[in-house]
Amino acid sequence: MLILECPYCGVKAEETELQPGGEAHLKRFGPGSSPEDFEAYMFARKNPKGVHFERWRHAYGCGKWFLAARCTATLEVFGTYPAQSPEPPADLVNKIKAKRPEWKGWK
Amino acid sequence: MSTRLSKGGRLIDRAHAIEISFNGKRLRGYRGDTLSAALLANDQMLVGRSFKYHRPRGIVASGAEEPNALVNLGAGARAEPNQRTTTTEAFDGLVAASQNHWPSLDYDIGAVNNLAARFLPAGFYYKTFIHPRPAWKHLFEPIIRRSAGLGKAPAEPDADRYEQVYAHCDLLVAGGGIAGLQAALIAGAAGARVMLLEQTAHWGGRAPVDGDVIDGKPAEEWITATLDALGKMENVTLKTRCMVAGVYDHGYVLAEERVADHTPGDGRPRKRLWRIRATRVLSATGALERPLAFAGNDIPGVMLASAVRDYVGNWAVSPGDRTVVVTNNDDAYRTAIALKEAGLEVPVIVDARAQANGALPQKARAMGIRVEAGRAIVKVKGGKRVTGVALGLMAGEGAVLEEIACDAVAMSGGWSPVVHLWSHCGGKLTWDRARAMFRPDAARPPLTQDGSALVIAAGAANGALTGAEALADAAEAGVAAVKSLDLKAKTTPIGKAEAVEEAMIEPVWMMPQGAKASLRMKMWLDFQNDVKVSDVQLAAREGYQSVEHTKRYTTLGMATDQGKLSNINGLAILADALNEDIPAVGTTTFRPPYTPVTIGALVGEARGEIFQPLRRTPMQGWHEAQGAYLEPVGLWRRPYCYPRAGETHEQAVNREILNTRANVGLLDASTLGKIIVRGPDAGRFLDMLYTNVMSSLPVGKCRYGLMCNEQGFLSDDGVVVRLAEDTWLCHTTSGGADRIHGWMEDWLQCEWWDWKVYTANVTEQYAQIAVAGPKARLVLEKLGGMDVSKETMPFMTFAEGELAGIPARVHRISFSGELSYEIAVPASHGLALWEKLVAAGAEFGVMPYGTEAMHIMRAEKGFIMIGDETDGTVIPQDLGLDWAISKKKADFLGKRGQERTYLASPDRWKLVGFETLDGSVIPDGAYVLDAGTNDYGFRKAQGRVTSTYHSPTLQKGIAMGLLRHGPQRMGEVVEFNTMAGGTVAARVVNPVFLDPNGEKQNG
Repeated sequence: MLILECPYCGVKAEETELQPGGEAHLKRFGPGSSPEDFEAYMFARKNPKGVHFERWRHAYGCGKWFLAARCTATLEVFGTYPAQSPEPPADLVNKIKAKRPEWKGWK
Repeated sequence: MSTRLSKGGRLIDRAHAIEISFNGKRLRGYRGDTLSAALLANDQMLVGRSFKYHRPRGIVASGAEEPNALVNLGAGARAEPNQRTTTTEAFDGLVAASQNHWPSLDYDIGAVNNLAARFLPAGFYYKTFIHPRPAWKHLFEPIIRRSAGLGKAPAEPDADRYEQVYAHCDLLVAGGGIAGLQAALIAGAAGARVMLLEQTAHWGGRAPVDGDVIDGKPAEEWITATLDALGKMENVTLKTRCMVAGVYDHGYVLAEERVADHTPGDGRPRKRLWRIRATRVLSATGALERPLAFAGNDIPGVMLASAVRDYVGNWAVSPGDRTVVVTNNDDAYRTAIALKEAGLEVPVIVDARAQANGALPQKARAMGIRVEAGRAIVKVKGGKRVTGVALGLMAGEGAVLEEIACDAVAMSGGWSPVVHLWSHCGGKLTWDRARAMFRPDAARPPLTQDGSALVIAAGAANGALTGAEALADAAEAGVAAVKSLDLKAKTTPIGKAEAVEEAMIEPVWMMPQGAKASLRMKMWLDFQNDVKVSDVQLAAREGYQSVEHTKRYTTLGMATDQGKLSNINGLAILADALNEDIPAVGTTTFRPPYTPVTIGALVGEARGEIFQPLRRTPMQGWHEAQGAYLEPVGLWRRPYCYPRAGETHEQAVNREILNTRANVGLLDASTLGKIIVRGPDAGRFLDMLYTNVMSSLPVGKCRYGLMCNEQGFLSDDGVVVRLAEDTWLCHTTSGGADRIHGWMEDWLQCEWWDWKVYTANVTEQYAQIAVAGPKARLVLEKLGGMDVSKETMPFMTFAEGELAGIPARVHRISFSGELSYEIAVPASHGLALWEKLVAAGAEFGVMPYGTEAMHIMRAEKGFIMIGDETDGTVIPQDLGLDWAISKKKADFLGKRGQERTYLASPDRWKLVGFETLDGSVIPDGAYVLDAGTNDYGFRKAQGRVTSTYHSPTLQKGIAMGLLRHGPQRMGEVVEFNTMAGGTVAARVVNPVFLDPNGEKQNG
């Protein structure tokens, strides 16, 4: 039962208040995209053992979607930030790099 | 024989005798007894039969680790199978019965398995029951099912209630032994909110029985004083009978409190489940003694040395007059000393180590006890009870040097820290070679959300086995816990236990070390599941290298005790057989719960009426008062039909349909999802969401729309209403409102966050009533207030106004194919409008109709239903809904997905109608048969039925379904399979069975 802090309302929300939304920072491929791009967008999800970026919705709270960076192996949460972020904030990336020198970056 | 001693017993109250019943026999005990103590006091050592071989089983342990002594407790509505007698507190009137035997505990037919033991090796089930295949279904499976499972499920509903409590704390201390008490004292003094939970009914753990001396006084005095100090702290919560079952992500902890197990029927909840959020967890859960593997170690009378000591010290029960102690460490000598001090005989202490010269062995010798070092028990003699032991050299192969008569054996293979809570959330272990045990690796703890350690281990649970070590370790852990909470430790008294020097343990995994096969076949590792040393060795020979695989192949550690006694011994045997180091083999995964948690506690109050929160429409009470038969639709309970006296449900449904078709019917459609979408970009947004164009919908008009997911599959449908220039109202399916609202928010917040759109789910803000049937207009005209004529309000329009004085929005939409008005009013007016409609409609023959009538009427009209015609693999084009898919739009959700080649294939199954030639109803889920069989020998299919009903309007069976090339095959006759194994012939027809030109609904 994870605890994630909602970056909008500031509530430290328990997992039962949250709805998971899978991998974060996906780029949508619509009509006209190649089969390869569409397949990757639709089906090819990362499943790393380690640092991972995820979408969560504070479904039984303020209703906002947000993004979280956490370690899937140790459950350490590096940070949460608004869904309206094309990429993880630089300070969060630096924080993760400092904690996990072996990490290869979010892309 | 086992019996009650005339003196002693620190936990029993001899002034209060109690009477219990075991297998119908009346037995006497004392208040404070566990059921085990009371049974042993009455010489009831035999308590059950093992799972596989039905071997006689006696009490082995004195606590939660007990593998054998499982009984059925209570009777009738309070019966509970598989309860451990060691953790069951005895009370006057307790009723218990043994399990897993027939016809009786003493004479069990199933014990014939024991004679066949050599033919029932590890993996027996996997090996034996594969061929011939029919034998599995008709012979083996029925037999295994009958013999599987310990105990019997109670036949009556549980008479007890259970409750759940939420709690928060800074530090949760699991275990109320001296380590837990000491750590809690430090944290409590520092001001932390502490919960200290102890699974038994007593504080102090093993220290009093083991004779620890703390601060110069018996441990008991220190325990009392510490409890007293803790009791005065308002920030400390103390709970006994409360077992910490599991530690989960980020400090979520489950604990089960046995509230009224020992006082059944006193009105309190039987159990209470604690759902705790702890910032840190301190695991002071102690250690478990390991059995030794020697031949016949499962014969009743062979017990753990610590358990023997517990029974003598705590309950004044002697397990036997003559007890042989067998050990590989010094601790077990305490048992010999305790027995001797109680006036009992210890014929010999068999010590596997070459030498035994520590303080405790010397004390034993001084008391006149014979100590034999370098010796082993070659085999235990006896059947349902130990009669003696045969001794030999530890280093040998099992030649017998001497036989000694005895009626009990106290064994100790060393101690294993209870690392469960440390491990549940990913804490790693380290193998302590010198002490032959896995203990928590402080460098690799389970982590909490900020990356710091979630669990701190203390005392014996951390490998600090003696009293002196445990207190020192707990003091350190307590201070560390305080620091981790950003608090300051205050000066707190630290107990100092007298150190008793103990010589090193010598790991012994099998006794004697060169035991031959005939002995290894009688050395039990898992007493409950009948796994022996020979089974694990066989698994290794057959190629099982992973401890997890070996566990499943042999069933080692898979019994209700989850291998508390057997796991370490088993993996040591496996490591030896694989010629590997013990840490290289590793342990199996420790999973919650620590000991079984009753389902009742997990369910809590969520039973019957309050199983889940229910949603009620404003007219729910009216439906119920009418005796409506309700069906669950999501969290709603919708009327399925309104049966009248003497009517079956089918008759009621038919009447409701025929009346709606002939006169007028009322449907409570309030559950229909209603989502307001508003803003400058709302039209653009809906054009992305729906497959057709919604931005062009004129104000005042309605349009049917489809929503797909990104893969292109149909996800939801409903009528969209343009309320104003910048405002749309989207109707969704009853079950889909929350999902679709979430779906809208997902795209608005995460993809098109610069679009100016606002959504609101107003499903419960409005009551909605469908008035359908040829006389619908007459009813509304009678209510008055709005012009509902065909000219003013044609099909697929809406108007707002007042109907019978109630503010209403009236839509000309139809799901029945009839002339139909769907009227939305503020929820608070819902019942009033409904009652006015019923009254006004009386002269026109109005009747309410339920969901089943709705379903059949829409099928008669060929309207699709999400969840019937769709299943997540169906695209709108499959359902002939191409007209609702925009060709002009550059993009909408699902457009790219639908362009995929296999979705564009002309060979897809497409929607058609079916009419059976004999008028019968095609069975639900039936397939349209095709020629030939597939790779698995099943008949090939070319389609399937999606909706199938008896149509009272048409007086015959009608169905909708998907068929390969369906629309091109009108008039063809196809065959469906039936449940009876036969087939039914049906003609392919237009799915619109009624009013194909829409004259009724448009009228």
